[in-house]
Amino acid sequence: MEKRGRTLLAKIWDQHVIAHVSDDTDLLHVDRHLLHDLGGSRGLLDLKSRNLPVHDPELTFATPDHAISSARGRAGTSKTGQELLEGLRVETSASGIAMFDIDEPGQGIVHVIGPELGLSLPGCLIVCGDSHTCTHGGLGALAFGIGSSELTHVLATQSLIQRRPKTMRVKFEGRLSSGVTAKDLILALIGHVGAAGGTGYAVEYAGSAIRDMPIEGRLTICNLSIELGAKMGMIAPDEKTYEYIRGRRYAPQGEMWQRAVEAWRQLPSDPDAVFDREVVIDVETIIPQVTWGISPEHVVGVDGYVPDPAEIADPARRAAIETAIDYMGLKPGAPIIGTPVDWVFIGSCTNSRLSDLRAAAEIARGRKVAPGVRAWVVPGSETIKREAAAEGLDKLFTDAGFEWREPGCSMCLAANGEIVAPGQRSVSTSNRNFIGRQGPRARTHLASPATAAASAISGAIADVRTMER
Amino acid sequence: MPKPFTKLSAIAAPIMRSNVDTDVVIRIERLVGTSVRGTLGKWAFGSLRYLPDGSENPEFILNREPYRQAEILITGPNFGCGSSREGAVWSLQELGIRAIIGSGFGDIFFANCFQNGILPIVVDKVIVDGLAAEVESTQGAGRVSVDLEEQTITSPSGQRHSFEIDPRRRAGLLKGLDEVALTLQRDAEIRAFQAADRIERPWIHFAGKSA
Repeated sequence: MEKRGRTLLAKIWDQHVIAHVSDDTDLLHVDRHLLHDLGGSRGLLDLKSRNLPVHDPELTFATPDHAISSARGRAGTSKTGQELLEGLRVETSASGIAMFDIDEPGQGIVHVIGPELGLSLPGCLIVCGDSHTCTHGGLGALAFGIGSSELTHVLATQSLIQRRPKTMRVKFEGRLSSGVTAKDLILALIGHVGAAGGTGYAVEYAGSAIRDMPIEGRLTICNLSIELGAKMGMIAPDEKTYEYIRGRRYAPQGEMWQRAVEAWRQLPSDPDAVFDREVVIDVETIIPQVTWGISPEHVVGVDGYVPDPAEIADPARRAAIETAIDYMGLKPGAPIIGTPVDWVFIGSCTNSRLSDLRAAAEIARGRKVAPGVRAWVVPGSETIKREAAAEGLDKLFTDAGFEWREPGCSMCLAANGEIVAPGQRSVSTSNRNFIGRQGPRARTHLASPATAAASAISGAIADVRTMER
Repeated sequence: MPKPFTKLSAIAAPIMRSNVDTDVVIRIERLVGTSVRGTLGKWAFGSLRYLPDGSENPEFILNREPYRQAEILITGPNFGCGSSREGAVWSLQELGIRAIIGSGFGDIFFANCFQNGILPIVVDKVIVDGLAAEVESTQGAGRVSVDLEEQTITSPSGQRHSFEIDPRRRAGLLKGLDEVALTLQRDAEIRAFQAADRIERPWIHFAGKSA
């Protein structure tokens, strides 16, 4: 039999096969199941109504993030938000599931705390009822979002039936230019392949720019996999990965650590592994990116222009661009830079980690948010909030006119009453610029934390490269 | 447990814009609550279906006859991309939608459809566009038929197109199978896997940790 190299995906997948269901479909073991306040208690109640116990509560972890307010003291959490939080407390406790509650280290956005606590490990199969679960792939895990029914299935069986996806490798090659971050690379990729370019694939990110990239940047890259249609995104683990995980609360220790690392070293794709699709991106051509429309694929370099539908021949594409420009309240052919903004949101599972806050703070330091702009910084977790405060970032931001908030999803998905008002424009470090995502008729421009901070100071979409020190 | 799906002949509404995400299908605040099911049909496509003052947008296809009766959606590329919220499928179900025909769907949305007895059908974009054009030429009166047993779609003028579907998912829909109950029948296999895995990868199971 021909012996062909195996991909990172194949190695992790095969390790988790409990049983083959059909040629390309397997029953897979779930190593980590993460629950949040929006769907966690509903899933547990669903199970209860079927008289079924949680199959493996010790592999299941919960935290509130979606529906809680990010205001001090969580003031502003709606009545239903409070009920969901209470439901999560009661039901996790009844099932023996660990929950990281508000104000405790461990609480935070579910995709921030998994890596932070050492729950997310290389070679691990991780699921959560949230599409940005692909984030954890940045550590070499196979991680993906699931719906409510699949969530119930995992609670009841600690397994999931999945069809093996096709494989795509994206190589980011070269050195990042000044002002360019992980967020800019992944937005540029989405612009290149489109919002459906990765549908049906598990994407492995590779290349020198990924190898050189710190773990938090890798988590940002993998986080946006779903925005190019891929429900799984992953990066092979390396020394940086092990260094990041070592000593974290739930990470293996001592002799167990040695055994784990030894196993993880076998995971990277073999040199002769074959992918169904390969994409190579020269990162040296990438400048800071910002979206102009209503899909993450509507993205340009910050020196770019809003497209002009008159120049587009294909009627369907032209209509789509007209719809987007109309929703966004922009002028066809206008430069994106200098577009006035009302809001800046720095946070979300994409860009709320310590390095993101530092990058934004570096731009904000000693400057002031422009009059008329509201700018929020929402750390991704209680631990990040404390670490940032220990460095003085909270004071730096508030001195500059930003609001420093409590950790959670906040304005990324606006499930907590935290919205951009109708017709207002926001530069956000989050992941979706969909119609109404940040509130009914809100207009969202996605960008990196540094670009968001620069835009807050400028009162308009800004080129961070002109504001670097 | 999903309702079985075998065949359907129904009004079909084309929603042809690309990348209709699940936030557009159902806004998040409609899903914040402990028991939202049964309340969502009214809010499906809310941001397209209603004007800012809350009145119906007469331009939106599902506000027009006969499309109000649609049980099939014909959709543009990448329908259901974005968030994993199963509420998107629930809202379509409550609206009376039973099948969706498109050239491609968001992966998670696609899986969620099967869990709720909704049949998502992937066919070539040329076929999707042709169906939409035919339906529109009859002002929506022409019915589209879907036969899951035979794996065919029939256009209002009688043109038949076959479609591919994962045999496991086809069987699940035809019989309305409960996946949880089926998997639990294999619990011995799951537990045997875990016993071996505790030796192979003890760190996954927190062996030696009191956490």
